[in-house]
Amino acid sequence: MTTPISLNQARGVAITLTDRPIVRSLMAVAFAFIVFGIFIAIIGRDPFEVYAKMFEGTLGSKVGLSEVGVRMIPFVLTALAASIPARVGLINVGGEGQLYIGAWAATGVALYVDFPTIWLMLPAMAFAGFLGGAVWAGFAIALRHFRNVNEVISTLLSNYVAILFVNVFVFGAWKNPTGFGYPYTANFEVESILPAIADTRLHFGLVLPVIGIIATYLFLSRTRWGANMRAVGGNPDAARRRGIPVLRYLIIAMLVGGGLAGLAGMSEVSGIQHHLRPGISNSLGFMGFLASWMANHNPVAIIGTCFLIAVIVVGGDVLQFSGNLPSAAMLILIGLVLFSILGFRRFERKTE
Amino acid sequence: MYNRIRKLPIFTHSHRILIGVFMLMAIVALAACGSDDPTAVPAQPTAVPASSSTDTSGPTTTTATTPSTAELHGGSPDIFLKGFEDAAADSSFRATSKFAAAAKPLAAGEKLKVGFIFVGSQKDLGYNQAAAEGSQYLEKAFPDIEVLRSENIPETADVQAVEEQMIRDGATIIFATSYGYSGPTKAIIEKHPDVMFLHMGDVESFENYSSFFGNIWQLEYAAGQLAGHTSKTGKLGFIAAFPIPQTLLNVNAFHLGAQSVNPDIKTTFVLTSSWCDPAKQATAVQAMVEAGVDVLTQHQDCTKTIVEAAERAGIYVSGYHQDASPAAPNAWLTGAAWNWGPVYSEIVAEIRQGTYKSSVMFQGLDAGWVKLSPFGSFLSDEVKQSILDTVEKLRSGNFQPFTGPITDQDGVIQIADGVVPTDAQLQGTGYLLQGITGRTN
Repeated sequence: MTTPISLNQARGVAITLTDRPIVRSLMAVAFAFIVFGIFIAIIGRDPFEVYAKMFEGTLGSKVGLSEVGVRMIPFVLTALAASIPARVGLINVGGEGQLYIGAWAATGVALYVDFPTIWLMLPAMAFAGFLGGAVWAGFAIALRHFRNVNEVISTLLSNYVAILFVNVFVFGAWKNPTGFGYPYTANFEVESILPAIADTRLHFGLVLPVIGIIATYLFLSRTRWGANMRAVGGNPDAARRRGIPVLRYLIIAMLVGGGLAGLAGMSEVSGIQHHLRPGISNSLGFMGFLASWMANHNPVAIIGTCFLIAVIVVGGDVLQFSGNLPSAAMLILIGLVLFSILGFRRFERKTE
Repeated sequence: MYNRIRKLPIFTHSHRILIGVFMLMAIVALAACGSDDPTAVPAQPTAVPASSSTDTSGPTTTTATTPSTAELHGGSPDIFLKGFEDAAADSSFRATSKFAAAAKPLAAGEKLKVGFIFVGSQKDLGYNQAAAEGSQYLEKAFPDIEVLRSENIPETADVQAVEEQMIRDGATIIFATSYGYSGPTKAIIEKHPDVMFLHMGDVESFENYSSFFGNIWQLEYAAGQLAGHTSKTGKLGFIAAFPIPQTLLNVNAFHLGAQSVNPDIKTTFVLTSSWCDPAKQATAVQAMVEAGVDVLTQHQDCTKTIVEAAERAGIYVSGYHQDASPAAPNAWLTGAAWNWGPVYSEIVAEIRQGTYKSSVMFQGLDAGWVKLSPFGSFLSDEVKQSILDTVEKLRSGNFQPFTGPITDQDGVIQIADGVVPTDAQLQGTGYLLQGITGRTN
């Protein structure tokens, strides 16, 4: 993907190191960690010790690293679900709901289709998950086209509908008959489970975000479709006059985005949960949305922001018991990072 | 049509890239295929969290003796301290322990790490607070134990992440305190044979996965009796989360207790489908009040909303998990509460000795696992005494209110005439009694 150049660059003014987006983002993250460190010091803990424990529990051990990977899989997919529509100027806040529908569709296949091997079962579940997420996102784009409903509103609200829709099945027809009244489906057969990697919780759903990122990057930066999408996102009227079928791009971007979120749902039920139950997502869709905005919707930068959020989320688990910090501390740190990245970005624009 | 497809930019411009992507996919798929072979990925040896460099015969090692149950429930953690200091450093019995990590003697200055995982806040004035206070008792009882606590952990595979991290940090005993942790926890016990997992409320056990729960239904029965004495409308309300056996047992016991003083009593049973959703709780209280219910109780994790809403609505409330009487001076009748501290301490002491046997255990009043909360100040001494008498009868074990015939909602006899059900039978309750409105699914 071509990096958009700043006005200064266009004018031929030398760009300093601190003008580079990656340097700015790192500065923003460092700033957020310093501010959070001050908070930690104020409540009477040693910030260096807390950070040391946090990094030991995330990057300094096999368990920690694998847990970061476990979180990154759905984060990257739901971040792509926000970033691809953003390329054509659509804002998809519905990653959470699309993830649930994807998980629901994949579970349906796992429970009611009986392929003999993992090589048929998992692709079928992935296809169902993708389709589920895409259809759910399709409602939003249809509403936008036919009823002029803003997709921000429709995708946001459809999250709640999706969760309730899934609950209808989990509390009803799909409830595990041997589950003592607890709302979850029967456990998947081994053919429907993404195998774990090397005795950790990390699973081969890892393949999905890797392919997703590479394919999205190549598609957006190296194909005419990708260039057209940028044109549609920049100025739909101009794109239309140039003969670009704007509506088709809007639909495809939204459906692919929703589908990727659906894949995240599939990988969660198949790789992690091994059955469907309420609350499987724990805000994965919203975290992905956040990661996409922090990365300015750049599919490569998404890797970095998702990694950061995953480290904070996993680190939050560790800090609860080893740093004796409340569970909300992690959310505070994520919020600080978000605001600081957005703040630094605004500063960047002003200097242009 | 063919021409249109042929002219798609992806075919005219980017076939090379696509080929590249497919090759990558193929490589990744191959890698996946290779590693899928179970022999290719040897099981990783689990780290033994407790220090393995400890000199077992050294003078610095300590171990604990198990105080008797009677001693345990004297209420003071000091007895553990004493047992600790007196204990001989005899390590012969440890060879028999299947989960050796927690039974290993500690080096000087080293601490045994015990993990506690809670589904809600440790300050929820309810289930999680009761469990958290139990963990504090444990910490006081054993000066060489460090408790690791994690709260607000959902009942999904997320709990595995916390368990893995606690084990990485050195925990050798993990208390998974919420019912829904059972499935995800059981999925990882084989991976950590050295670690003892203790679940609260499951109905099965494995070598290093044990389950226990209190027979709190006994106190629900007593509280129900008080509700039956107090109710003027003859309508009781029970706000629950999920129709799991322990909940159904509680509502049945509550109803049975009320029925023992008012045979025509009716109990309404509603589900919120969440252990702690104050908005749904408030809605449920509202609906109950409108239906004429004048005594409420609950099986939620956080209890404050319902207790306060009952106070505001001018009806009575019976507590659960914790004493919340200060929140409702005019509405509070009594309540069924936990006494987890001694229970946890006893289990941990046995694990350290190597004498603990993995099991599914239910204990009630006689073992001191549950306790009655204080009475409301407005209750007459006569009524209070009759409730205390009931509690005493239940404690002595001479009285089993679920002695048949017990008839469910549909008129089916669940416990035949004269039959005294076992604890295991009761903990598998899957029905509601006659006189209860509500459903089990």
